[in-house]
Amino acid sequence: MSEAFALTPDNKAKADAFIARYPEGRQASAVLVVLDIAQRQNGGWLSPAAVEHVAEMLDMAQIRIYEIISFYEMLHAEPVGEHMVRVCTTTPCMLRGSTDILEACKGELGVEVGETTGDGKFTLTEFECLGACVNAPIVWIDDDYYEDLDPEKTVAILKAFRAGERPEAGSQIGRRGSEPVGDWTSLTEFAAPGGAREGA
Amino acid sequence: MATLTIDGTEIEVEDGITVLQACEEAGIEIPRFCYHERLSIAGNCRMCLVEMERSPKPIASCAMPVGNGMVIRTNTPMVQKARQGVMEFLLINHPLDCPICDQGGECDLQDQAMAYGFDRSRFAENKRAVPDKDFGPLVETHMTRCIHCTRCIRFVTEVAGVEELGATGRGEHMEVGTYVEKALTSELSGNIIDLCPVGALTSKPYAFNARPWELAKTESVDVMDAVGSNIRVDSRDGEVQRVIPLLNEDINEEWISDKARFACDGLRRQRLDTPYLRKDGRLVPANWSEALAAVAERMGKAAPERIAAIAGDLADCEAMAMLKDLFTALGSPHVDARQEGARLTGGARAGYLFNTTIAGIEEADACLVVGADPRREAPLVNARLRKRHSMGGFRVGLIGEPVDLTYRYDRLGNDAALLTDIAAGKHAFCDVLDAAERPMIAVGEGAFARADGARVLGTARAVAERFGMAGDGWNGFNVLHRAAARVGALDLGLVPREGGRDVEGILSGAENGEIELVYLLGADEFDTSRLGAAFVVYQGHHGDAGAMRADAILPGAAYTEKEATYVNLEGRPQRTARAVHPPGEAREDWRILRALSEALGKPLPCDNVDQVRARMAEINPVFAGIGSVEAAAWEPFGEDGSPDPGPFGTVVDNYYMTDPISRSSETMAACARAFLSPAEAKTGTDG
Repeated sequence: MSEAFALTPDNKAKADAFIARYPEGRQASAVLVVLDIAQRQNGGWLSPAAVEHVAEMLDMAQIRIYEIISFYEMLHAEPVGEHMVRVCTTTPCMLRGSTDILEACKGELGVEVGETTGDGKFTLTEFECLGACVNAPIVWIDDDYYEDLDPEKTVAILKAFRAGERPEAGSQIGRRGSEPVGDWTSLTEFAAPGGAREGA
Repeated sequence: MATLTIDGTEIEVEDGITVLQACEEAGIEIPRFCYHERLSIAGNCRMCLVEMERSPKPIASCAMPVGNGMVIRTNTPMVQKARQGVMEFLLINHPLDCPICDQGGECDLQDQAMAYGFDRSRFAENKRAVPDKDFGPLVETHMTRCIHCTRCIRFVTEVAGVEELGATGRGEHMEVGTYVEKALTSELSGNIIDLCPVGALTSKPYAFNARPWELAKTESVDVMDAVGSNIRVDSRDGEVQRVIPLLNEDINEEWISDKARFACDGLRRQRLDTPYLRKDGRLVPANWSEALAAVAERMGKAAPERIAAIAGDLADCEAMAMLKDLFTALGSPHVDARQEGARLTGGARAGYLFNTTIAGIEEADACLVVGADPRREAPLVNARLRKRHSMGGFRVGLIGEPVDLTYRYDRLGNDAALLTDIAAGKHAFCDVLDAAERPMIAVGEGAFARADGARVLGTARAVAERFGMAGDGWNGFNVLHRAAARVGALDLGLVPREGGRDVEGILSGAENGEIELVYLLGADEFDTSRLGAAFVVYQGHHGDAGAMRADAILPGAAYTEKEATYVNLEGRPQRTARAVHPPGEAREDWRILRALSEALGKPLPCDNVDQVRARMAEINPVFAGIGSVEAAAWEPFGEDGSPDPGPFGTVVDNYYMTDPISRSSETMAACARAFLSPAEAKTGTDG
């Protein structure tokens, strides 16, 4: 069905370090980390061979691994594109225009939600709340959040990825973290102009 | 002990039990779907909500341990409303297709919806639909009906020990299924049909066959293996429709093996429904008087030392007692029941019983399995071993072929010499047995049916004596039988008398012409081509190997068609009950032998079944104690001396086809095709 799979020595060492954190006989507790390591090595998804390997490593039944994969959106049992584009469409992002962002993604990539582009570069998905609502709307690509987006910026980011670049993550309108977009509106006596708070 | 108040009544219960169990003790039934007393607690159906004082919300009683001073109410409006709410949610995605559902009439959801259901739905959206899964030829799935109680997942993981089922997906998308879609590889898989509280898992062979209220229910005993599981035979229109387990804590708890459950369609096929006589090389139907006369003529003419009888694996004790008495009356010592060639001679009862008893396994703390594959030879003994294993502190060692027993064991190798080493205290596993307070040994057919079986048994006895398995109050020596008839046959003494031939001797005698008539009482498990030119009488219920070769066929009754005694491997005599009548001209087996004795002019002094049973009790008093196990005294058995080095063989290649009934079953044939490789599925009667 699929080729054999084994963790590379580096990844094996990484996985073993996590397994060692748990008491003897509780190695299955490391399953999420080990699955993540395996998934990264395997091109973004967990093939049956990878599942088998992890199951053997942690002395778990394969169905137990599959339960976990099917529970977490971050783990994939089917092949995915090189870059995972996850558009947050939960209420705060939706209020801030995520519907347009999603449309922009669909237009730029030429795929529907849940599909992978023909060149295998991108898989587009919707995602429930990414938990960074203050910087909505957000798109999560690979390991980074791209925040404060509008359709144009989103397209530009996707184009950059397609060109093999890695655009700067974080807010796309230049704010730091989740500081106010304009000036401070409260606790102004502690605010240094355009910068971080003093003291605390 | 904890004291709590349930619905105003104070009750004292054991510590550590749950509120639900306490309510049951107080005689209050709590509705439930996910909770099952033999499985771990999941607490996910929420049907068992009750009110607890000082708790702002109702609590799930199945998952709440009892505490001293708890005040529980199960009949308040709040409880009623909470359960109604739960029921409404459960029914949101349930299809309500009861009229076409096989569970209808015996469905927990249906029953409880009568008590807690609303008369209409407030859910206007689409119900979800879930694709059905393929669990193999036994379990039919209708996953849209599933309410996610996870009983099947827990059973398969905990009791059957085959981690293949799981809950995949999340929230509304949760489904019960397997990883790579495939059949469940458990010989206990049928039990998830009983466990399923709705119609999501139903019996494939029984699909759309009958409604529960149409069935006549007969409590009986299974004979597909030597465990003697208690079963209920459900019949309609003179046919067995299905077999389901009956609760017996000492034997099968509430499970049965797939063969016990699903082989019943074999009772409808290949049946012998009229006597036959071979004329000009072909079997032609005859009537009883012709057949009995023909057999009596041949038997009466032959010299006593030239006739022999072999009793088969499904023979009942009544018939075997009559067979033995008939051959004694005729003067023939050649009677044997050990088709597999077991070197068990009867005599010391402890030497051929599962002395620990099945329930007693739970008290053992180490086990040595010798030449057996309990999973295939006695699945429910293996389930009990697994249960004991999962309690912890139970090391199992196996001398035999590497097999998957569903739990971890130490594979010591496959050589009889290892047993000799253990008996001499020269093996690493001796430390385990030494440390154990209640060790046990289970010797299988692969070991005691070898040519040196008597010495294997003697060595196993030495092991038992060395490691304190034969002490006061604890008998850890066990023989793992496979055939339902065997222990009864040994109790009745169906072994060759002085100067008699065993099965091997009878067959070689038939080959070289020293035996001219062989009487087969349902005996099919040997190479019938070795019967040579002998006149073969076959008394039995299926047209299997023995009947093919027979010169005269006397049609008998199968286990669902007679009230007959079987002794299980623990030495527990149990009685089957008649669920349906034997087909056509077939008769109860003891009556056939009684009629034959009449035709021979040597009538046996038993005119009714009570007299037969009195005769059985006369031969061996154990037959007086139906349903109970009498501890066997520790007496010498087996032979001294080491067994010959060499591996123990396997006995069951094809678990699904081991006797004439299961070989006739289409369901079992489908299982063999689905679960076994082509080489394993060979039955010896193919082609």
